Amino acid sequence: MKAMESFVAPTPARINYLNATYGLKSWLLTKDHKRIALLYLGSISFFFFIGGLYAMFIRLELLTPQGDLLQSTTYNKVFTQHGIIMVFFFLIPSIPATLGNFLVPMMIGAKDLAFPRINLLSWYIYMLGGIVTIYALLAGGIDTGWTFYTPFSTTFSNSYVIAAGLGIFINGFSSILTGLNFIVTIHTMRAPGMTWFRMPLFIWSHYATSLVMILGTPVIAITILLLAFERLAHIGIFDPAAGGDPVLFQHLFWFYSHPAVYIMVLPGMGVVSELIANFSRKNIFGYSFVAFSSLAIAVFGFLVWGHHLFVAGQSVYAGMIFSFLSFAVAIPSAIKVFNWTATLYKASISYDTPMLYALGFIGLFTIGGMTGLFLASLAVDVHLSDTYFIVAHFHYIMVGGTLLAYLGGLHYWWPKITGRMYPEGWARFSALIIFVGFNLTFLPQFVLGYLGMPRRYHVYPAEFQVLHVLSTAGASILGFGLLIPLVYLVWSMRYGKIAAANPWNLPGLEWQTSSPPLTENFELTPIVTWEAYEFAPPEETEVVGKFRDKRVEEV
Amino acid sequence: MAESYTVGHEHAPENAHAALQHHFENMEQQREASTLGMWVFLVTEIMFFGGMFLAYTLYRSLYPEAFASASNHLDLKLGAINTVVLILSSFTMAMAVYSTQVGKRRNQIISLALTLLLGVAFLGIKAVEYHQKYEDQLIPGRIIPSRPFDASEVHLLPGAQPHNVEMFYWIYFAMTGMHAVHMIIGIGIIAVILFFTIRGKYGPEYHNPVEVSGLYWHFVDIVWIFLFPLLYLLGRHLEH
Repeated sequence: MKAMESFVAPTPARINYLNATYGLKSWLLTKDHKRIALLYLGSISFFFFIGGLYAMFIRLELLTPQGDLLQSTTYNKVFTQHGIIMVFFFLIPSIPATLGNFLVPMMIGAKDLAFPRINLLSWYIYMLGGIVTIYALLAGGIDTGWTFYTPFSTTFSNSYVIAAGLGIFINGFSSILTGLNFIVTIHTMRAPGMTWFRMPLFIWSHYATSLVMILGTPVIAITILLLAFERLAHIGIFDPAAGGDPVLFQHLFWFYSHPAVYIMVLPGMGVVSELIANFSRKNIFGYSFVAFSSLAIAVFGFLVWGHHLFVAGQSVYAGMIFSFLSFAVAIPSAIKVFNWTATLYKASISYDTPMLYALGFIGLFTIGGMTGLFLASLAVDVHLSDTYFIVAHFHYIMVGGTLLAYLGGLHYWWPKITGRMYPEGWARFSALIIFVGFNLTFLPQFVLGYLGMPRRYHVYPAEFQVLHVLSTAGASILGFGLLIPLVYLVWSMRYGKIAAANPWNLPGLEWQTSSPPLTENFELTPIVTWEAYEFAPPEETEVVGKFRDKRVEEV
Repeated sequence: MAESYTVGHEHAPENAHAALQHHFENMEQQREASTLGMWVFLVTEIMFFGGMFLAYTLYRSLYPEAFASASNHLDLKLGAINTVVLILSSFTMAMAVYSTQVGKRRNQIISLALTLLLGVAFLGIKAVEYHQKYEDQLIPGRIIPSRPFDASEVHLLPGAQPHNVEMFYWIYFAMTGMHAVHMIIGIGIIAVILFFTIRGKYGPEYHNPVEVSGLYWHFVDIVWIFLFPLLYLLGRHLEH
């Protein structure tokens, strides 16, 4: 596809959601899902930056086998805070709260989410949770690991566990409200003709994500609350000294935190389904399989938490069942990977930046997923548990998967969000840098973990140094690669080329309105008469009006 | 392109109800959305209480004697009265929804006011119970530093450990306390609904907020219907 050719000459400013009203108040009190998405975009980028700084300190410390840059207590805080910030304040809200917020109503032809005020409230809750957490970091930090395992967190840690827990507790409600809003919107706000099986796969994956959000998040909320009370008032239901069971905490924690992995990766899969189909200009292979596999992942995702407890004293029989179920969750994930690949077959593929990210996602997510099967095997897990192998495994899912999908989606919808194009050359260059940097960072960590390097240590035997140096070198490349989009995306908001309404020439509803869209998204409520990813035959691809003609005939 | 949307629905029609929000097509859609929204929210509530129910189940099965002893010390009469109070309030709430739908304004206001009163009565009785526990030094841990937990008021069955009795009281306070927080929120919601009802906002044309608040109120009642037998009736078959 020749995206560059579809630029139109700059036109006189017309009314859109960005210039409809002005002033700080019009943003802070907005009920427009698109503006709230931008508020989220700004805030999660801020948290991503903080989390990234902590990552930098971790990698710098690990450059040498001695503990020379950070003391062990500081190092404990740095990796804990890296995890807390990245998981709860970047990865979980990343795609749903920004791209999802912006696109769910537009893709189904609605004017807004079902509950605009609750949507704004969710952003304020997110910010409040973020501020409380940042207070915990500034007051002295927290050193329990992002998993808050008891009894260390309740009894022994001398850090700001309660404040950080409170921040996560508050933040959870923003996630719950977002999920609730999406579910209700998808059920009740679809435009006439937008049947369930005409919905873009992005919507299906957000529906599945929302299910996990509303079912899982309340459990972590109450768990963290009980933990905070236990620490505050010295009453124990997790403390073994009081007859409590610390493994109960692990069960409750992972009942949310394992499905939370799917909160992170399912929206990414939705983005990738969009990118693969649209940049191959082909209907996705096995639409309904890809759609239902999202739901299957959401359901199976709730049944596998015990694989985090294989070495925590869980019964062998429970371990066997959880192991089996963890293998089972690979099936719907594999369906997606195979169907994306099958979609590429004999397609007219264009390698614009979003597609580069999508192809990167498929490769890296596959590696992340396959190494998950190693960890799901009981005996192998005994060897690999709490080593760098698992660190590499989940970074392949979270960074290689979610972050790449997020960046791909951000580039893909950037012209719709801002009305400007990003610079394609720089974007492709940075996508490549990020891919190389990411693999150089985390591939050596698989080897490190296999050789026995445990996670969460900052002093290590000298024979691991070569691999750690490689990893640190990769991390600096990755960090550099991530700074490039930060610069050119901000630059493009003002100086980028003006984008056409439909720069990629696609049938999705979000492309059938102006860029940037009106506050109400569409001038008139659309009537949908075509399937998702229904591309015109090749000879007609230039004629976007195909859909108009077809609609006029049928209405 | 925007131009391609020359065919389509008009936005909200001129004769739309005043309560119709701009992003809904019609009242029916708005009603469906808010009802589904409340149901989904209640699902999250079930999961929220679920964590505590799980903790209760686990420790009750591990320490049955301690839990029975601690349970026997709860005030069954006040708990039972509160159960009746809440069931009555659910009835008056249902009546409020019904009278709104059929447009009986006087009944509507009376039922809502009664619901509000019964809710406050529940909290009052709960406060009396909490005070008794305070007097008996049964507030777990060091929440009240001057009165640390002391199980000496509780008649311990053979095999019951005091620190497991404390655990029961912690779960009791966590669950009933969380329930009371929901009651307070519910009373706030009913007060707002009552205020707007007096101003005549809800009637047969527009009654969804009353229904949705009713759903929430019934849910909070149902939580209590589970809490009462689990916390108060456990171990009643044992000698006192």
